Amino acid sequence: MAREIGPVILDLKNLSLSFGGVKALTDVSFDVCEHEIRAIIGPNGAGKSSMLNVINGVYRPQEGEIVLRGGHFTNMTPYRAAIAGFARTFQNIALFKGMSVLDNIMTGRNLKMKCSLLQQAFWFGPARREELAHRARVEEIIDFLEIQHIRKTPVGRLPYGLQKRVDLGRALAMEPRILLLDEPMAGMNVEEKQDMSRFILDVNDQFGTTIVLIEHDMGVVMDLSDRVVVLDYGRKIGDGTPDEVRANPEVIKAYLGASH
Amino acid sequence: MVAGPGANALDTFPRLLLAHARVRGDRPAMREKAFGIWQCWTWAEAAREVRGMACGLAELGFKRGDRLGIVGDNRPRLYWAMCAAQMLGGIPVPMYQDAVAQEMTFVLQDAGIRIAIVEDQEQVDKLLEVKDQHPDLLHIIYDDPRGLRHYSQTFLHGLDELIAAGTIHDRNHPDFLDQEIAQGQPDDTAIMLYTSGTTGKPKGVCQTHGALIAAARGGCGFDRLGDTDEVLSYLPMAWVGDNLFSYAQALVAGFTVNCPESGDTVMTDMREIGPTFYFAPPRVFENLLTQVMIRMEDAGTLKRRMFHAFMDVAKRCGADILDGKPVGSTDRLQYALGNLLVYGPLKNVLGMTRIRVAYTAGAAIGPDLFRFYRSIGINLKQLYGQTETCAYVCLQPDGKIKFDSVGLPAPGVEIKIAANGEILVRGPMLLKEYYRRPDATAESINAEGYFMTGDAGFLDEDGHLKIIDRAKDVGKLTNGAMFAPNYIENKLKFFPYIKEAVAFGHDRDMVCAFVNIDMGAVGNWAERRGIPYSGYVDLAGKPEVLQLIQECIEQVNAELAHDAMVADTQVHRFLVLHKELDPDDDELTRTRKVRRNFISEKYAVLIEALYGGRQNQFIETEVKFEDGRKGKVAADLQIRDARIFPAVQGRAA
Repeated sequence: MAREIGPVILDLKNLSLSFGGVKALTDVSFDVCEHEIRAIIGPNGAGKSSMLNVINGVYRPQEGEIVLRGGHFTNMTPYRAAIAGFARTFQNIALFKGMSVLDNIMTGRNLKMKCSLLQQAFWFGPARREELAHRARVEEIIDFLEIQHIRKTPVGRLPYGLQKRVDLGRALAMEPRILLLDEPMAGMNVEEKQDMSRFILDVNDQFGTTIVLIEHDMGVVMDLSDRVVVLDYGRKIGDGTPDEVRANPEVIKAYLGASH
Repeated sequence: MVAGPGANALDTFPRLLLAHARVRGDRPAMREKAFGIWQCWTWAEAAREVRGMACGLAELGFKRGDRLGIVGDNRPRLYWAMCAAQMLGGIPVPMYQDAVAQEMTFVLQDAGIRIAIVEDQEQVDKLLEVKDQHPDLLHIIYDDPRGLRHYSQTFLHGLDELIAAGTIHDRNHPDFLDQEIAQGQPDDTAIMLYTSGTTGKPKGVCQTHGALIAAARGGCGFDRLGDTDEVLSYLPMAWVGDNLFSYAQALVAGFTVNCPESGDTVMTDMREIGPTFYFAPPRVFENLLTQVMIRMEDAGTLKRRMFHAFMDVAKRCGADILDGKPVGSTDRLQYALGNLLVYGPLKNVLGMTRIRVAYTAGAAIGPDLFRFYRSIGINLKQLYGQTETCAYVCLQPDGKIKFDSVGLPAPGVEIKIAANGEILVRGPMLLKEYYRRPDATAESINAEGYFMTGDAGFLDEDGHLKIIDRAKDVGKLTNGAMFAPNYIENKLKFFPYIKEAVAFGHDRDMVCAFVNIDMGAVGNWAERRGIPYSGYVDLAGKPEVLQLIQECIEQVNAELAHDAMVADTQVHRFLVLHKELDPDDDELTRTRKVRRNFISEKYAVLIEALYGGRQNQFIETEVKFEDGRKGKVAADLQIRDARIFPAVQGRAA
């Protein structure tokens, strides 16, 4: 593939997170390079989603720091994360069920809208121009994800696989530098998984977006990712290319087990 | 239509295009929805693009007589590519965009395609897959560059670059292209369309500019299509109908062709465009009606009652009002009210508000379906034709529609019925030849210049053509009456309860039939009546179900009795099969056509029972499951006698 993997842009150092007595993450460190697809895998309860929530600023780790393009963040918040170029999708789809696909994706542009509430309310002058420009971007995303046919459909009426795609669209509307995907293929059938994989690769390839993803489907992870980090009970037990991870005895023991 | 002085020089498609660019340069020629907004190209803009594309192709070495492969959905630039090839005296060869790579190799090789213009990455990948087997393919040009950034092959070109280079060439050598266009002749081959090849290998049908333009002029004149009409082009470009409606007629009449955003958005796009001229195969009309009916069942009581009440009114007088026949003033008033409350909004939802003419062809359309659309005021008509005749043989004239005929011979077309019942046609729209198949050409056109359609039919007392079957399937009863199994089976299959039917009768003294029930429809019917059943075999053997099917058959018999030609072929005896006919068991082809010979061998014992006058017959059949396992289904089938109606005396057969 012609896409070149750049230097480290996100470095997670010695992160520990606990909720009362439960240790969700214990001294986990790994890095993410520009333009790569980085997967986080692990059995249920391994701390994968917690990891994503830490990166995203939803949880604040008790120890450790996040280095993003040289800048140190000890107190990341979701707002700062969004400003810094993170966008994410959720394991349990977080869309407005009653709103159309178009409007949902439009919400992803929220941060980029500069006009005041009053201007937007009356939709004149700059507000109008701004909205048209954003709408054009949203249409490009709709085209990219091939969801033209459901543009005006309320999200609640769509099948699960398509909702996931809309969720991705909303994240893409933020034009993120780093995209965090929380189980983008959970609950999908084979065809939907193939489609989603293709979209993830296309996003990475066409926009150069760095992608961090959590996924259960081993086949998908191994095919998609450049590097994989493996968590188990909140600790990192493996890190490397898919082949390295596959050969790592500890990983086999903890996760892949005898079934693989 | 382009008429007036100089009209007789407009005898090739490139000349027509340039004439439109001069005469109605700022009228819309093409629209396509991109990024949620309809983009429009005027005739002048279209002509400019086509010129650029033609010169670009010439620079790649495309010459007079060369074939240009075209693969993709209905995109404006793919239509223009056809015209660009024609400007250079080349022959566009559109291919089915959903064919897999291996299926494309035959056409690529047979047509000797060296340059292909394709829509997107998907099609590029397919051609790359088979390029090794077809080294003559020198250049592949793609319309949509998405996903192709990392393809480094030197023989791949973007269409944008091709047009840009060609436009410069055209500017530097303005005479080059005009001379090429001037060399074009009406009897040059304009396009090659491959037949589907259900029997033997596909054949490339060569149609000339003259033939297509004659068919298009005839059709436009017949339905008075002009430059303000709008058509939505969404059927495969490789199909002759799309070529006639979206290309030939558009260039003759100068109307606007609208390309949908994607295959999934056709319904929405249709509402937005509101075409005035529409074409769809029967199954599309059927799906639309089913959707409407399902949604009406879910609607509130008031709306549902209103819908059904006004649909009754429409059924009573709608079609007559459309045909301009005398209708009482009470009915007219009720219909007008219905139009306000039901038909109008319904047509709006279907995107059919502005439709002046809608056509269906390709398969038999059920009379109820046909009447439904006509009764709500949509001028739905049938046409008959094939690839070899530019899809132009018969058309139904306004006001004289018979649902079971395909209409009168189109302007300029002569029809003759051969002794064996085969329909023969002659006219300016006939094919020039099958590409590199003089043997096939000689076989299909007889000494008097008639094309042998392979369909059997007859002309009724008003001169309307009725199609009954493929000629080779037509047999004879022992009393000499013509037996057309497909005709009877189609009539049976129009009932929602009957999924499949097989009629027997060749060399027999009466017609008997096997019937397959439609599990969904009959199951639903049984549930509503509280008839318990355990599965397909059980349901198919219920006396109530047999009675239901018997009623369907007797209704068909009553219809058959009305027509002296087929009155003798009423179904005397029938049975309901205990298993569904299935392609996996080789009983149907993959396109779900009945394999008669196979079935009559496999179920010989049942046929014997039908003709032997028995009342029941035990049968055990082997079935293949989807996972490859085999099993057996056994049942004791009841055989029933259906009521036979005396032939209605009208005219001698």
